[in-house]
Amino acid sequence: MSVDATTVRRIAHLARIAVSEDEVAPLQGELNAILAFVEQLGAVDVTGVEPMTSVTPMAMKKRADVVTDGAKADAIVANAPETEDHYFLVPKVVE
Amino acid sequence: MTTLNELTLAEARDGLKAKNFSAADLTRAHLDAMEKARALNAYLVETPDRALAMAEAADARIAAGEARPLDGIPLGIKDLFCTEGVATTAGSKILEGFTPAYESAVTANLWRDGAVMLGKLNLDEFAMGSSNETSAYGDAVSPWRRAGSETKLVPGGSSGGSAAAVAAHLCLGATATDTGGSIRQPAAFTGTVGIKPTYGRCSRWGTVAYASSLDQAGPIARTVRDCAILLGSMAGQDSRDTTCADLPVPDFEAAVARGVKGLTIGIPKEYRVEGMSAEIQALWDRGAEMLRDAGATIREISLPHTQYALPAYYIVAPAEASSNLARYDGVRYGLRVPGKDIAGLYENTRAAGFGREVKRRIMIGTYVLSAGYYDAYYVRAQRIRTLIKRDFEEAYASGIDAILTPATPSAAFGIGEKGSGDPVEMYLQDVFTITVNMAGLPGISVPAGLDAQGLPLGLQLIGRPFDEETLFAAAQVIEEAAGRTKLPAAWWA
Repeated sequence: MSVDATTVRRIAHLARIAVSEDEVAPLQGELNAILAFVEQLGAVDVTGVEPMTSVTPMAMKKRADVVTDGAKADAIVANAPETEDHYFLVPKVVE
Repeated sequence: MTTLNELTLAEARDGLKAKNFSAADLTRAHLDAMEKARALNAYLVETPDRALAMAEAADARIAAGEARPLDGIPLGIKDLFCTEGVATTAGSKILEGFTPAYESAVTANLWRDGAVMLGKLNLDEFAMGSSNETSAYGDAVSPWRRAGSETKLVPGGSSGGSAAAVAAHLCLGATATDTGGSIRQPAAFTGTVGIKPTYGRCSRWGTVAYASSLDQAGPIARTVRDCAILLGSMAGQDSRDTTCADLPVPDFEAAVARGVKGLTIGIPKEYRVEGMSAEIQALWDRGAEMLRDAGATIREISLPHTQYALPAYYIVAPAEASSNLARYDGVRYGLRVPGKDIAGLYENTRAAGFGREVKRRIMIGTYVLSAGYYDAYYVRAQRIRTLIKRDFEEAYASGIDAILTPATPSAAFGIGEKGSGDPVEMYLQDVFTITVNMAGLPGISVPAGLDAQGLPLGLQLIGRPFDEETLFAAAQVIEEAAGRTKLPAAWWA
C-alpha cells in the first residue's frame, strides 16, 4: 500500500501536525519508503497466531481504590505556557 | 598517571572506600573534563553545583562509616529521565523550558544509593534515531576517529550522549534507554558496555515515553562489572509502573565472575544477513571461540522470524509513539505556538516543536492505527511479534542459555553520511538488536575488537527473560579475552 498527497494531508490532520504544501511531497516519499519496507510482513503466515498484548506474562497490578496523591496544583501548572488560578488557558472552544 | 575520571566505576568505588581520594575530588575531575570536552556536545545541561553538593554529602556519609553502594560515583543522565528541578528536554524543542516537579524512578534509585549527578546527556529526539543526529540540540560527537582521519563520527543513538560521555571519561557511567537498540548500538560504536535489561526489570515511571511496550532503561559504562553495579541500583520494583516486575534484584556484580563453563551458547544462522562484512563475520567467529575456550558449548540455532522483526517494529513503535506523543499539545508544558483556534494551536505547536524523524514516526503510527488499516498493519505486526518471541522460547527450551550475535552491521559512520531521503537506511542499524526488544529479552553489547580503521566493534549476547546474570558472566569472558578497547588521544581537549 502507498499513500497519496491527499492521504498525507489527512494523516497530518489526524496527528494534529500542520504541514505546509511544500512538505507534502517529501513526506509522501518518506512515508511510502517506510510502507514499502513493512510490506514484506504480508508474506508471513499468521493464521491462528494470537497478537501479542504483553511481552512478559504478568497479572495486571491492582491497588486499593484510595486517594494516594494530590494537592499539587502549583506543581502541576508550573510548566504550563498560560495559566490562571490553577487552570490551563486555551483558545475559546465553545462559542 | 591515571587521572581520577579514567578509573573504572568499580575502581573509583574501591578508592573512595579506602579514602585514597574524596568524592569531591572525583566529581571535580569529571567537571574539569566535561568543561574541556564541550566540542563533543555530550552534555545538554551540566549541573556542577548539584554535583558538588551531592559529592560532599557522600563524603560526609563515607567519613561517618555510613557509605551507600554508589556513594560519590559521578554519573551522567540521559535527558529522557525526568530530574526534579533540572530541565528535561528529551532532545526535543517541544519540551524546551520543561522542568519536572518529580524524579524518575531509575534516577531516584541511583541518588538513594549515593550517586552524583553531573548533568543531562544528549540523545536523539524522543529517543528516535540511531546516530544522535535527530537531537534538536545538535549532534553529539564520538570521541573515536578513524585512524589518520579527522572526520567526525556519530556516537550512535539514541543514547549517543551517554555513550560519548562514558567513552570520553566524562562520567563513570550513564543511564540510557533502549527501545530498538538505543543502548547497545551506541555502546558498540564507542567501545563501551551497555545492557538493555529484560522488559520490566527497571521502572519506566518518570522516563519520557517513546514506545511503552518496548522501552527499557539500562546503563552504559566502561566495563561489564560497572554495568552490573549500575543495573543493581537502577532496577527494582515500583508500583507506579504496572509493567515493572515484582521480582527481587539479583546480585548482578556477583554474577560477573561466574564464567561460562557448562553453558550452551546459540549462534542464530538468520543473523548471517546478506551483505554482512567479512570483518563482522570474523568478529562473531572470534567471540564464539572466546566463549568455547572458556568452557561453553557453541551450537547453531534457528530463529526463523528474525527478518520480520525490523519491519514489525516500524509498525508497533510508531503506533505507540503516535499515542504517547499526543500529550505534547502546547497546553500543559513545553512549547506553545498560537493558532486561530484550539486545533490550530495544537497543529502549529506540534509542527514547530517536533523534528522531521519524530513527525514521520507519529504520522506512520497514526496511519497504521487509522480506520481500515488497523488489522492489516498493527494487529498483523503484533501477531508477528508473538512469532518472534516464540522463536526465542523454542531456542531456550532446547537448552540454549544465551545467544551470541554481532551488535551492529558496521562500525560507527560519519556525521551526515546516512542522511538520504530514505529513512529505512538508518533503521537498518538496529537489525541485530531490535528482535530483543520485540521479545522483551535482556541483551548486552560488549566491545570485542577494532575494525581495520581502528574503530570499536561490539558483540551482543541475548539472554532468557530476567537472566541478566548469565549475560554479565558471558560478556565478562569476552571482555577479558578481547581486552578493553583503548581510546586514542583526547583530540577534543
